[in-house]
Amino acid sequence: LRDCIQTDIRYLSGWKQWKRTSSKSLKKVLSEVKELSSYLELWRHDIHSIEGIYCLMCIFPHSMCFCLLNFIIFILMFSFITLPSIISEYGIFNSSFAKVQPKHIEPHCTVYKPTGNQGLVYFYTYLKDLLSGTGFLEVTELFYGYYTIDAAWLSTLSYNLPLAYLLATFAYLALSLLWIIKRSVEGFKHNLVHNEDQFQSYCNKVFAGWDFCITDPNAAQLKHRSLQYELKTDLEEERLKQKIAERTTKEKLRIYSLRIFINIIVLAVLSGCFYSIYRATVFSQENSNDINNTNFQANLLVQYLPSIVITLANFIAPQIFSFLITFEDYSPAFEIRLTLLRCIFVRLASIGVLLFSLWSQISYCDTDKCKACGYNYELYPCWETQVGQEMYKLMIFDFIIIIAMTLFVDFPRKLLVTHCSCKPVQWYGLQEFGISDNVLDIIYGQTICWIGTFFSPFLPAIATVKYFIVFYIKKVSLMHTRKPAARPIRASSSNFFFLVVLLIGLVLAFIPLGISIAHIPSSKACGPFRSFNTSWAVVPATVLGFPTGLQQVLNSIASEAFAVPFFMVICLVMFYFIALAGAHKRVVEQLREQLVMESRDKLFLIRKITEAQRH
Amino acid sequence: MLGDGSGRSLGARRGGCSPERPPPPPGSSRCPVPAPGRSGGGERRARRKRGTAMGGSGSLLAREALDEYQELTFLSKQEILLAYKRFSELLPREERENLSARVPKSQILTLPELRANPFQHRICHVFSTSEDGDDSLSFEDFLDMLSVFSDSATSDIKSHYAFRIFDFDDDGTLDRKDLEKLVNCLTGQGEESRLSTAEMEQLIQNILEESDIDKDGTINLSEFQHVISRSPDFASSFKIVL
Repeated sequence: LRDCIQTDIRYLSGWKQWKRTSSKSLKKVLSEVKELSSYLELWRHDIHSIEGIYCLMCIFPHSMCFCLLNFIIFILMFSFITLPSIISEYGIFNSSFAKVQPKHIEPHCTVYKPTGNQGLVYFYTYLKDLLSGTGFLEVTELFYGYYTIDAAWLSTLSYNLPLAYLLATFAYLALSLLWIIKRSVEGFKHNLVHNEDQFQSYCNKVFAGWDFCITDPNAAQLKHRSLQYELKTDLEEERLKQKIAERTTKEKLRIYSLRIFINIIVLAVLSGCFYSIYRATVFSQENSNDINNTNFQANLLVQYLPSIVITLANFIAPQIFSFLITFEDYSPAFEIRLTLLRCIFVRLASIGVLLFSLWSQISYCDTDKCKACGYNYELYPCWETQVGQEMYKLMIFDFIIIIAMTLFVDFPRKLLVTHCSCKPVQWYGLQEFGISDNVLDIIYGQTICWIGTFFSPFLPAIATVKYFIVFYIKKVSLMHTRKPAARPIRASSSNFFFLVVLLIGLVLAFIPLGISIAHIPSSKACGPFRSFNTSWAVVPATVLGFPTGLQQVLNSIASEAFAVPFFMVICLVMFYFIALAGAHKRVVEQLREQLVMESRDKLFLIRKITEAQRH
Repeated sequence: MLGDGSGRSLGARRGGCSPERPPPPPGSSRCPVPAPGRSGGGERRARRKRGTAMGGSGSLLAREALDEYQELTFLSKQEILLAYKRFSELLPREERENLSARVPKSQILTLPELRANPFQHRICHVFSTSEDGDDSLSFEDFLDMLSVFSDSATSDIKSHYAFRIFDFDDDGTLDRKDLEKLVNCLTGQGEESRLSTAEMEQLIQNILEESDIDKDGTINLSEFQHVISRSPDFASSFKIVL
């Protein structure tokens, strides 16, 4: 190698030599910078140590990215919403705030007295408040209700807090969407250009099957076994597909009617879960407002009832689904995907049902006084804070459950398996490292964070801390108590799948936020949107303050005369790209055929040469 | 282009090389790591000269050697120093100063990164430049190996070396026997971990269907590289980090 460079130096002229030396020094500088930045990479060493044993790149880089994303969202909300509020409240830098009395509002709607703890209270009240977001936490910056400022003045500059609140919400949603799309574009590009199922192709499994970074002989043994299992299942699946193609009509009819029946059962299970969540939420809301109840445990139980029911549903439903799917006679890969999809649906939809039941309570109005406010002002004078509290409770409970499962289920199980050698315990064995469970946990937590940040601006900070701690807990648990799954999903395909499900979670988070912002009247007793009908109404109000020309432009953009042609143009652009992708696919096919032709030509020519040489 | 020039000059020097050895892939951004053939006297002379020049550096690598290694391989300074430390631990104490000392295969296979690897023997064979055929590695061979397996190596280099590692009979193509040995390596040693004959037939048939473009029953280097370029897991699995 050295010789080759030396000979090159002799051939090159002086100018080229100078170019080479300058590019060499540039490369040196870049490599130094890279080395420095590698020290800053969070958790790089930890991920390496895990890779040595399991070599799975699925969950842990994602935890790190979510930490970062949540931290950025928190910085956004803090600097645009909390910081101006605090500055103007305490009069720092000569600032002041303006609290405009809302006009045309009935006085009874504006009564809101949060019971921040006064006087002597029992100690456990603080604990209860910490766990459920009531009491002293309700009046802090944690929740929406604190930001009851209409404008902040910094000497002569005015800061429109309601508008900032709304725009910050849109900004963090857009940021999350861009981040997910950026990360999933690579996997999608790969999927679109090549045929489907390429991830499962045999060549990929055989040539790229062995992870060269495995260092532990036990892990290597497990990897051998899992590779053998994978190859065997794939071959079996191929034989099964052959069998399916040869099915008779009578068999097909039987299978399809069985599948329809089982899907009806699945729907019944889902509706059972959702109904129980609804009733639990209604019960919890009705009874938690009963302040005479001083029994600490019962009160906490009632507060946490929706979270408990959701967690139970998330635990039981997957077991039922994996039991049912064995009757449906699908190929193994499809079975896994369908069960996973159903479990994800249960998780995300349960949040939706919780919110829906909350809203049905909030907008339940039968008296005229209530109708004047637009929402149930007696029980929910500041309903955004209540919703924020529910999201806060969900997040805290999720965190507690993860810690509790690790401490009280995984470690004792490992102790039992290693020390007690009786048959049933050994058969039960260690918990497998299931990627799908961890994926679902992360997506569930992140969806709660996205929905809850509008109602509780400090929620991303809590989420950041939670992911940070959960990473280390899971790492310790993984090293000591889990064994690798017998059926690992491939790293690349699960990466893409994870991002697609995350996208679904984000889109699902748009819906409740959209309804809260645009449809339900904002509470008149607290929050930055008191003087407006709905939270969205601040935007038209601001537009009215713009110069006339700009107003006209904005109005025309929002009108149908603009929207319809815009939509048609977007469709045309999309069709163009789809056609382009199809054309590229065809070019690839033609090039492959050309390669085959050329090699055949080569063989033909070689044969001709050997014939000619013989004569 | 740098790549073409180097290929020509290397070919001229590597007089004694067997013709079946595939040439280094052109077009890579750095001068490609040369195929460890039976190199001529020139390289050996250069190595010996460098060995004596660095006698007094103690247990650390000389700075110019470090810079040179960093330029010639895909490794960073930290990685080269770590490799040097691990390599000298494998040598007996009196040979630690001598940089052209060779470590026998049995010692190399005690490294944790290699001991659990089913391709350990092939890796040692491919990267070894020993003339005795005993598959021992010198420090430069060791760095070669780490460079190819590092994060920053191009996928061209990686697929080139993967081809050579999988080519069990060293004939320049992957035929059915090579593929069978490859699959047996993957599923583990022992009779019960192998696939049955029918399954092996089906598997090899599928592999050839997917990768053999010219339908000659074997996979050559370009077909292999084409298949690897479509494989999403290759870059992340073909990696060793100390």
